[in-house]
Amino acid sequence: MADVLKKVPVREQDPKVRATNFEEVCYGYNKEEAMEEATRCINCKNPRCVQGCPVSINIPKFIQELKAGEIEAAYNTISESSALPAVCGRVCPQESQCEGVCIRGIKGEPVSIGKMERFVADWARENGIKPKTAEQKNGHKVAVIGAGPAGLTCAGDLARLGYDVTIFEALHKAGGVLSYGIPEFRLPKSAVVDKEIENVKSLGVQIETDVIIGKSVTIDELMEQEGFEAVFIGSGAGLPMFMHIPGENAMGVFSANEYLTRSNLMKAYRDDYMTPIFRGRKVAVVGGGNVAMDAARTALRLGAEVHVVYRRSEEELPARVEEVHHAKEEGIIFDLLCNPVEILVNDDGWVKGIRCIRMELGEPDESGRRRPVPVEGSEFEIDVDTVIMSLGTSPNPLISSTTVGLDVNRKKCIIANEETGETSKNAVFAGGDAVTGAATVILAMGAGKAAAKGIHEFLSK
Amino acid sequence: MFPILYADKLAANIYRMVVHAPRVAKRCEPGQFIIVRTDEEGERIPLTICDYDREKGTVTIVFQPVGASTTQMTNLKEGDAFLDFVGPLGRPSDLLEMDPEELKQKKIIFIAGGVGTAPVYPQVKWLHEHGITADAIIGAKNKDLVILEDEFSAVCNLYITTDDGSYGREGMVTKCLEDLIEKEGKEYNHCVAIGPMIMMKFVCKLTEKYNLPTIVSMNPVMVDGTGMCGACRLTVGDEVKFACVDGPEFDGHKVDFDQAMKRMTMYKTEEGRAMLKAQEGDTHHGGCGNCGGDK
Ligand SMILES: Cc1cc2nc3c(=O)[nH]c(=O)nc-3n(C[C@H](O)[C@H](O)[C@H](O)COP(=O)(O)OP(=O)(O)OC[C@H]3O[C@@H](n4cnc5c(N)ncnc54)[C@H](O)[C@@H]3O)c2cc1C
Ligand SMILES: Cc1cc2nc3c(=O)[nH]c(=O)nc-3n(C[C@H](O)[C@H](O)[C@H](O)COP(=O)(O)OP(=O)(O)OC[C@H]3O[C@@H](n4cnc5c(N)ncnc54)[C@H](O)[C@@H]3O)c2cc1C
Ligand code: SF4
Ligand code: SF4
Ligand code: FES
Repeated sequence: MADVLKKVPVREQDPKVRATNFEEVCYGYNKEEAMEEATRCINCKNPRCVQGCPVSINIPKFIQELKAGEIEAAYNTISESSALPAVCGRVCPQESQCEGVCIRGIKGEPVSIGKMERFVADWARENGIKPKTAEQKNGHKVAVIGAGPAGLTCAGDLARLGYDVTIFEALHKAGGVLSYGIPEFRLPKSAVVDKEIENVKSLGVQIETDVIIGKSVTIDELMEQEGFEAVFIGSGAGLPMFMHIPGENAMGVFSANEYLTRSNLMKAYRDDYMTPIFRGRKVAVVGGGNVAMDAARTALRLGAEVHVVYRRSEEELPARVEEVHHAKEEGIIFDLLCNPVEILVNDDGWVKGIRCIRMELGEPDESGRRRPVPVEGSEFEIDVDTVIMSLGTSPNPLISSTTVGLDVNRKKCIIANEETGETSKNAVFAGGDAVTGAATVILAMGAGKAAAKGIHEFLSK
Repeated sequence: MFPILYADKLAANIYRMVVHAPRVAKRCEPGQFIIVRTDEEGERIPLTICDYDREKGTVTIVFQPVGASTTQMTNLKEGDAFLDFVGPLGRPSDLLEMDPEELKQKKIIFIAGGVGTAPVYPQVKWLHEHGITADAIIGAKNKDLVILEDEFSAVCNLYITTDDGSYGREGMVTKCLEDLIEKEGKEYNHCVAIGPMIMMKFVCKLTEKYNLPTIVSMNPVMVDGTGMCGACRLTVGDEVKFACVDGPEFDGHKVDFDQAMKRMTMYKTEEGRAMLKAQEGDTHHGGCGNCGGDK
């Protein structure tokens, strides 16, 4: 009998093998494993896990259905709240959401909600089960900007209510960060992401790619000339930040966005695609979030020795615990409590190293984490030929600067009502990273959902 | 899909295509660019808008094969289509935003080099349509590489110069500009130079001497063209700028050309491999030990 205090272990690709390929790291549960894990849930009366989930999936219900082997029912339960369960089961930071508050976690390990959700969604996909579609079209047209999690969710919900929805996407491919940012080995593209996008399309949503709102057409034009009665902005937070230290424009210095876009969206890691990517021998990735982990593990798979350079300590690493654990297993070196001060450049203009200063933790700052302060005289050099900057991103001002009457805050985030998505501009709604700044897939989906409701109420008036 | 309605060759190595892209045609202005992708495996290639017809919904591009992707583009013909054609990207030319009265006071000289001649054309034409006839210099290696001569002649005072003197004047564009100012009594107070980076660099060196404000159009390596990747960053004055959203036009006297030219070569070896593979097709066996072709 398995230990009820522990999760049913999940099968993973061997770290040594996976460090050299782009195939998915985690194999997920099979039916037996998922059903066994389901028995660990005690079906709480006041399920704390549901409160921990930003889209309030009825977790105990789906788990009970899974336990009884009624997987299609479990899928329908999840689908009531989430449009992208195969994605969330893989990338949600469960330890700080649903699983973080699960009652089982007080003594022992929490119930493995994410892995079960993933199993149910994968099973449904493999068995050709589709989410339920709209009863009838209602004749109202809504435009959605951005085909990331926020936009896809909002569009899916509106389509289910009968709206005629078109998503406008700037890139040549839908998915947002799911397509261009998160790597294949964590979130398979054609097997998972593309299928989830197909599901949204099967609800009747049109996706027009290669349209940059603010450049190709403005929000006002969409409403005045193309007949859209409401607009949802889910344009994400895609602008990379740099450190503004000497040497940052040298050859061999990339933003994580560039590096990951080349590898994921343009598939530069594959031989049959044309876009090049620089394969460094020794790479420093600056930063400690999910993006930094993804860049580091991509560089590793392209053949490099990789150092993650982060200014705080391991405890403060903002990345998902699972990703840090996987990165370590694969052989990523963590240079913690150190901060780059200069990128060293050779005579040809290429990176030859990075000068860092050691840090120690001082008083807590406004984020509640202890503020790192430099240790004087502790500078040292790491010799690397590539530096990947992964310091965070902010919303692109393309839309806010071309839309009169749309208010943004100091950080260029669109100001929107959390409950309804309403912005300062009539008939324009917003949500996801464009409003909150870089956050998570599930929060963006939650915002897309809230806005779909807000739009429905607005247009039903 | 974005159908190619017309395709021809302007010179031995310079191709022109008219593409049906109604959204782009409706809003684009001189100075802006688009990004094309030929097929699923292709790169995203930035190209300047060389002409447009809002009514017909078409945009004209002119390009020169330099790497694997642009070489592959040369195989496309009338009736084929681009998989992606997105834009307009970047800011329109500053000239368009100037006060019309102020603009009338400007004595403008355009300097166009090589394939850069094409993106100069919509600006010169726009000015002409707004009652301003500018001077323009087209520079090319030799007679066969001079493009768009008739189109330019119709809308500006044109000077042609070739490196080998096989057509028009002899020498580089910088010599022509020097002669116009110093020997032929021309006076200018605004210059726009578009061409290879090295040409723009030397034009800027010269115009600095004359205190002649000079706008250049930068064409660094790009990926998305929307400000998302930072691949296109340049140093302009003391600031880091993203060419795709802050440009592509900048004050040439402030651009760090040496850095920009170095950054252009970043993918040279990578691209060389892709080129070899494109040429050799299935017979490509690697050998460089790096691209994985021999694994
Ligand atoms: C590398 C990386 C790893 C991550 N890992 C995780 C993780 O493990 N777990 C997790 O929960 N979160 C993770 N995140 C964060 C998460 O992906 C985002 O919070 C989420 O994708 C935000 O969704 P969104 O829909 O608001 O925006 P996005 O996913 O950014 O989508 C916005 C879309 O809008 C498009 N767009 C932008 N401007 C325009 C315009 N003007 N016109 C038309 N279209 C436009 C963009 O091209 C894009 O497709 C990660 C992020 C990155 C970058
Ligand atoms: C905003 C912008 C506008 C542009 N407009 C035009 C245009 O109207 N017509 C046009 O032909 N090209 C234009 N370019 C350049 C064009 O995008 C590149 O030539 C193209 O991306 C090359 O792709 P590739 O894969 O074939 O070769 P790449 O992968 O880019 O590179 C092959 C090699 O050629 C070198 N190279 C790249 N571009 C040039 C260049 N322009 N001149 C000389 N050497 C170069 C590179 O250093 C590299 O080593 C523009 C670029 C930008 C950023
Ligand atoms: S969507 Fe995310 S937070 Fe909600 S139950 Fe699934 S894994 Fe947990
Ligand atoms: S809190 Fe944990 S045990 Fe309780 S219902 Fe949720 S998953 Fe089951
Ligand atoms: S091309 Fe990506 S930011 Fe300019």
